[in-house]
Amino acid sequence: MGSYFQPEIETATRDYLHAVQSARLIRMVENCYRNVPFYRRQFDAAGLLPGDIHSIADITKLPFTEKQDLRDTYPFGLFAVPREKLVRIHASSGTTGKQTVVGYTQEDVLHWAEGAARALVAAGATKEDYIHVSYGYGLFTGGLGLHYGAELLGATAIPVSSGNTKRQVQILQDFGSNFLCCTPSYAMFIGETVAQMGIDPKTLAVRGGLFGAEPWTENMRRKIERLLDIKAHDIYGLSEIAGPGVSYDCKEFHGMHICEDYFYPEVIDPETLKPLPDGEFGELVFTCIGKEALPLVRYRTRDISALVHEPCGCGRTLVRMLKPRGRTDDMLIIRGVNVFPSQVEHVILEQGLEPNYQIVVDRQDSLDVMTVLVELSDAMFSDSVAFIETAQARLKNAMLSTLGVSADIRLVDPRSLPRSEGKAMRVVDRRKLVD
Amino acid sequence: MFIEQISVFIENRPGRLAETLTFLAARGQDIRAFSVAEKADFGILRMIVHNPDAAVAALKEKGFTAKKTEVLGILIGNAPGSSVKAIQVLSDAGINIEYTYAFVTPQAGGAFVLLRVQDNVRAAEILRQAGVALVGHKDIF
Repeated sequence: MGSYFQPEIETATRDYLHAVQSARLIRMVENCYRNVPFYRRQFDAAGLLPGDIHSIADITKLPFTEKQDLRDTYPFGLFAVPREKLVRIHASSGTTGKQTVVGYTQEDVLHWAEGAARALVAAGATKEDYIHVSYGYGLFTGGLGLHYGAELLGATAIPVSSGNTKRQVQILQDFGSNFLCCTPSYAMFIGETVAQMGIDPKTLAVRGGLFGAEPWTENMRRKIERLLDIKAHDIYGLSEIAGPGVSYDCKEFHGMHICEDYFYPEVIDPETLKPLPDGEFGELVFTCIGKEALPLVRYRTRDISALVHEPCGCGRTLVRMLKPRGRTDDMLIIRGVNVFPSQVEHVILEQGLEPNYQIVVDRQDSLDVMTVLVELSDAMFSDSVAFIETAQARLKNAMLSTLGVSADIRLVDPRSLPRSEGKAMRVVDRRKLVD
Repeated sequence: MFIEQISVFIENRPGRLAETLTFLAARGQDIRAFSVAEKADFGILRMIVHNPDAAVAALKEKGFTAKKTEVLGILIGNAPGSSVKAIQVLSDAGINIEYTYAFVTPQAGGAFVLLRVQDNVRAAEILRQAGVALVGHKDIF
């Protein structure tokens, strides 16, 4: 047993949760049908009326939503509220430079902050604590997500944002930050910097961390815990659903509790689209039953996970999701940024080059490093080093501006990249994500 | 009057330079001179071979990236400072030398210097007026 931010929900009976979920689903379906033309068409096509949904058990009657639907209705086509009710916009990178745009009402921001606050409390944070937020602040949901969670809890948010690692360490030391929030790879980097600066982590006030926005392993958890002398908690989220705080680790570390009163989870077989029983891995699907601005119906996250409804040692009754094991699509997460191979290809074609490339992702000094190997074409070759270097730099800049994350460009011989069935093997991910 | 140089992209991995040279030797290409411009992740092998057209065609066939470029060749005497004169007149004329390399042959009685500039015609004219001896492909082989 421990402390909870909202015990009335976090430790509620399953019956009570079902009642809350049913009421919210009915209201949400009504909202979608009335205010989102896309959903009205989808429901009509399925022969569904809002009145057909009586309880949360009816959720399987509803159609799925995919990332492509957000792109097709870019930027605000799936919003269900008039502009005066919107208070926030976030966005994440998407293919060919088009972003996935999400919106929030005042209520939505509050519910999201509740999720982040529950996560902070589950990690042991209290009103007394300094919460050091090293996630990026901006269109990315990381920074503001934890920031609002910390403030809602009544703790003190320190909006450091990412970068300038020595300053991060100095703030940890001088301000006495108690919890660190960032991507796990950045936490490792901060931990290594602490060691390089000759600081004993035991002298720091930091005692816990909430790390997410990219996949990580139990090995990384142990390494971060050792480097910073803290407890490292996973926090899961995606902007389409809210941001960090959709689910979170408790002190048992046996799966992340989902804020299922706002974000109703299912795990489906990605081929048959049928729901899978507890414990079986499949594609994670969320329905934003508590959201007003962007009430996504059965949104396919592409993350592979499993659900566990068994009671948890921490006393929470909220369902748990096991650590995501990968994805059902080819999306890569590089330093918290979503990258699709098709975006890399788009940049290469835009530069007038042949689309013969390979993306190699590695973790060096705890940071994700992406290298794009490009087969040299005649257009890029000359007897002059300066000519080739200029072309290389142009490609590098174009990658950064389209992907939102930097990539090294390495030129390789034509026809030298491995191919299977005539197509180059696009992605080599050397990061070890499963122990 | 210019000399056809071939350039080959060399990926930075052990053995790649040797592979390239062996490939050309096996095709009977006499390599008179070569130099390597080296960067962190790749190099450019530049060389003067007996039959540049055949060499480029064979290299491309084999999957190398190769192309021909015209460079200037001059013959300089054995006396100290001989090459300085040629470089000085070009620099006085505001001509930038991108790269240069040199080699000797037993017969020539001096050294051949290869120069890569933007405008071969203008540079050749300046060198000629300064009394520098320009050489062509057949003078080298």
